[in-house]
Amino acid sequence: MIAERRLTWLIATAVDVVAETSRVRTLVLDVPDWPGHRAGQHVDIRLTAEDGYQAQRSYSIASAPADDQVALTVERIEDGEVSPYLVDVLEAGDSFELRGPIGGYFVWEPGLGGPLLLLAGGSGIVPLMAMLRHRAAAGSDVPARLVYSARTADDLIYRDELERLAAAGDGFELVPTLTRGQPPPGWHGRTGRVDGDLLRDVVDAHAHAFVCGPTPFVEAVAGSLVELGVDPARVKTERFGPTGR
Amino acid sequence: MERVDGNAIAGMLGELFVHEMTSARCRCDTCGRVEAMGAEHVYAHPQAPGVVLRCLHCDNLMLVIAHVGGRWRLGSTGVTWIELGES
Repeated sequence: MIAERRLTWLIATAVDVVAETSRVRTLVLDVPDWPGHRAGQHVDIRLTAEDGYQAQRSYSIASAPADDQVALTVERIEDGEVSPYLVDVLEAGDSFELRGPIGGYFVWEPGLGGPLLLLAGGSGIVPLMAMLRHRAAAGSDVPARLVYSARTADDLIYRDELERLAAAGDGFELVPTLTRGQPPPGWHGRTGRVDGDLLRDVVDAHAHAFVCGPTPFVEAVAGSLVELGVDPARVKTERFGPTGR
Repeated sequence: MERVDGNAIAGMLGELFVHEMTSARCRCDTCGRVEAMGAEHVYAHPQAPGVVLRCLHCDNLMLVIAHVGGRWRLGSTGVTWIELGES
């Protein structure tokens, strides 16, 4: 249990930046006095311009609680005030203000049990990846299934790691689906949006579901899950808004 | 304005409360349904001075949180109660 405390701004320094896709990268951070986090939580980042103007946004934590360093994965929003800097400009060694970890509702721990049904739209994968990394690091045998919707195969964040996790044979199943254009040759996943037909094949009515992504994705998927008999109390949602964050 | 949910204001709530508030349960004063604050609908804009939290079932206005002139004001007109877990 992490002691409750007042939320304060900390200084984070990037120790590494990793390109994930053409629009997404992961920032590996050194955060002195980081109190530890739970899988699914996020942080707020605040940037301050020379004239004092401040912009603040939330970003999900991608790393598992047991990892040595805190990692965030950020998608560039084209007209954004914070993400273009984080994705295109920031380099290892640069510092910025951060506060967290934040949240407690959209959190999974092995003790919650399963089966676990994770549903991601685009960069909504990030907090769910923290849950999957936590599950693997903790040696949990809770059955887990990830339905992951992306525009194209090149937009799938963490694709190699997810395929490795799925090949480990420890009860994790990956169900990717591509919503735009033709899938690449040899594609073994689904195509099209996450709709009732797709969900009917993958839903266990007793699952603990976590749905994360753009607001229209989250609301459509959560609605379909309930129609398919999942207890609404077991469907937790996190909306990133119209364009992700 | 597209809605988000209570998770999006967890940092703001963390400035005002020592408790983690997205997992706090709250009762809508209009329809009586009880949900975690993280599940309720939130309307927010980065340039706006405040946020609005509405019941996800009946759209009733539950909470308004504004930050103006260096002060916070929290209006709780549509919430019967908020239940906090022991830490």
